[in-house]
Amino acid sequence: MDLFEYQGKQFFAQYGIATSPGGVADTVDEAVAQADAAGYPAVIKAQVQVGGRGKAGGIKIANNADEARQYASAILGMDIKGHLVKRVWVERSSDIKKEYYASYTLDRGAKKYLLMLSAQGGVEIEEVAKTDPDAIVYRHIDPTKGISRAEIEDAVAAAKIDQEARSGVADVLELLYDAFLKGDADLAEINPLILNTDGKVHALDAKVSLDDNAAYRHSEWADWQATVEYDGREKLAKSKGLNYIGLDGTVGIIANGAGLAMSTLDVVNQVGGSAANFLDLGGGASADTMSAALEVINTDDKVQAVLVNIFGGIVRCDEVAKGIIEALKRVELRAPIVIRLDGTNAELAREILAEQGSDSVIVEPTMLQAAKRAVELANRGA
Amino acid sequence: MSIFVDENTKVIVQGLTGGQGRFHGLRNRDYGTKVVAGVTPGKGGTDVDGIPVFDTMEEAVAITGANASFVSVPPRFAGDAVLEAARAGVSLVVCITEFIPAKDEAYFYNLLANDFPGTRLIGPNCPGIISPGKCNIGITSGSIALPGGPVGIVSRSGTLTYQAIHELSQQNVGQTTCVGIGGDPVPGTNFIDCLAAFEADPETKAVLMIGEIGGSEEEKAAAFIADHFSKPVVAYIAGQTAPAGKKMGHAGAIISGSQGTASAKMEALTAAGVHVAPNPTVAGQMMVDIVRAF
Repeated sequence: MDLFEYQGKQFFAQYGIATSPGGVADTVDEAVAQADAAGYPAVIKAQVQVGGRGKAGGIKIANNADEARQYASAILGMDIKGHLVKRVWVERSSDIKKEYYASYTLDRGAKKYLLMLSAQGGVEIEEVAKTDPDAIVYRHIDPTKGISRAEIEDAVAAAKIDQEARSGVADVLELLYDAFLKGDADLAEINPLILNTDGKVHALDAKVSLDDNAAYRHSEWADWQATVEYDGREKLAKSKGLNYIGLDGTVGIIANGAGLAMSTLDVVNQVGGSAANFLDLGGGASADTMSAALEVINTDDKVQAVLVNIFGGIVRCDEVAKGIIEALKRVELRAPIVIRLDGTNAELAREILAEQGSDSVIVEPTMLQAAKRAVELANRGA
Repeated sequence: MSIFVDENTKVIVQGLTGGQGRFHGLRNRDYGTKVVAGVTPGKGGTDVDGIPVFDTMEEAVAITGANASFVSVPPRFAGDAVLEAARAGVSLVVCITEFIPAKDEAYFYNLLANDFPGTRLIGPNCPGIISPGKCNIGITSGSIALPGGPVGIVSRSGTLTYQAIHELSQQNVGQTTCVGIGGDPVPGTNFIDCLAAFEADPETKAVLMIGEIGGSEEEKAAAFIADHFSKPVVAYIAGQTAPAGKKMGHAGAIISGSQGTASAKMEALTAAGVHVAPNPTVAGQMMVDIVRAF
């Protein structure tokens, strides 16, 4: 789960990391009230999960209430790269002396945690990595050992953080590691981490991504989980326990297993079509699961043909075939359906499906043939 | 021959008394795997269809002489189960559990690497390992596999492992060992571990490798193949059309920025002399052609 900036700041606060005082607002009036409370000049920041919001006009500094009203009106409802701004964060503007970068994440390649620290903050770290790679200090951390104060101080010195900020930055890095670890974050990033003119160090932004698999041990995530946005279909799929991702094509995909589902997308593309979605049924392919999957796909107006790709290992194909027939009785499909069943008892399964006799239910023996047929039907329907 | 497991592998199922553990544990035994015990804290002294259940791994290993474990427990208990198996001294732990928190996974991966170098972990979030005709640990259907080699299979995806096995078996091409290394960000065993073992196994003559988007394990495997692998390799990478920033089912299958794309992996493998196929069916056929030409 990716957090919005204001949620990231709430997350930081739970672990004692200092941020600018401020608050959220969903309306212009609320935004002005927050700005009045924070004091001027106040920064009004669009809450969207996409980079480049500053350039898009989603961050403004208001010097008085009139400006706060003007900017909040402009930002609320703004479209930033396809993300609608429904909420703003308002905080007191900081007197920035220097901007740094700090983050902890899991380095999959090294199989260790990774601290990244740079004296060049406030810009995209990917850009710094390209233009001035030596300006970023990398420190791998063995998860069984953690990182000591001495190691943090060493990294701070190596990153050439200004002398006056070193102790403050090291303090934040200690707290941030704690937040990353105990807070089960996949990413805990502060960019920029600022040195104020008064000599204090604090987080001006927050980019945090939490590990959904750890949700069971974090009841405090509930409010944030409630703000995760799905489109209607993704919501429906989630409520039915399906692993669904909406895409833009015309062939609805249903497969068992993430790998096979990805592979089905590939093959549909290779024969000249485009997938409307990724849908992994998981291990089973019962009538209930299949009905739920068909129901979700049926709500997608773009779908012109449905492709079911099942490999039966432990799940026998004849059982899957019966499940599909039962599901087709429950859900009235708008589009023709092409079915590929292979694996245990595949022959028997094809016979069962052939017997049901509908013209809009087509059985093909291989993944490639099934994909070709589905794409042909989708292109005809479009 | 085979890699990692064979007819002498003696397996303890951790979580044998649970629904999944029982289902797959008994299927593995029916296949011919030596399933010698189960472990569930608090259920010691009972049995599951004749298989004795112990309270701890230590006790189960001491009494049965088992050298492998099959972890089939819920995510919140999986880390402890893996470490308990390692402490009890088994040389192989197969963990099929999905949805383990990444921090737990990173922790036990490194603890095993530091303190238990003699224990190999396969998974988590994997289908397991099968050496056809000898030993099957996990959830792969034994009936689709064909004993006798000469092909070794290593895959990040479960269903694509079955698909690959099936493509070969249907054309009467057997397998030495099929390893599902799993779709999580920190797998205990990676492509290179399997490739090195297949290189050392005289009965494995060629390897079918199935990767997917996310991470850089396929690129590392390509470098290993170029320098250290003498047998033909066919590869397929799933997710060629996957959009960036979306987890494609597996926790590890995500393109972030320009990292982890299928095209980068395919290029690296091609450059290493690997036969790269556009889809699993073509990959199967390429492998059949290679084996027929031996």
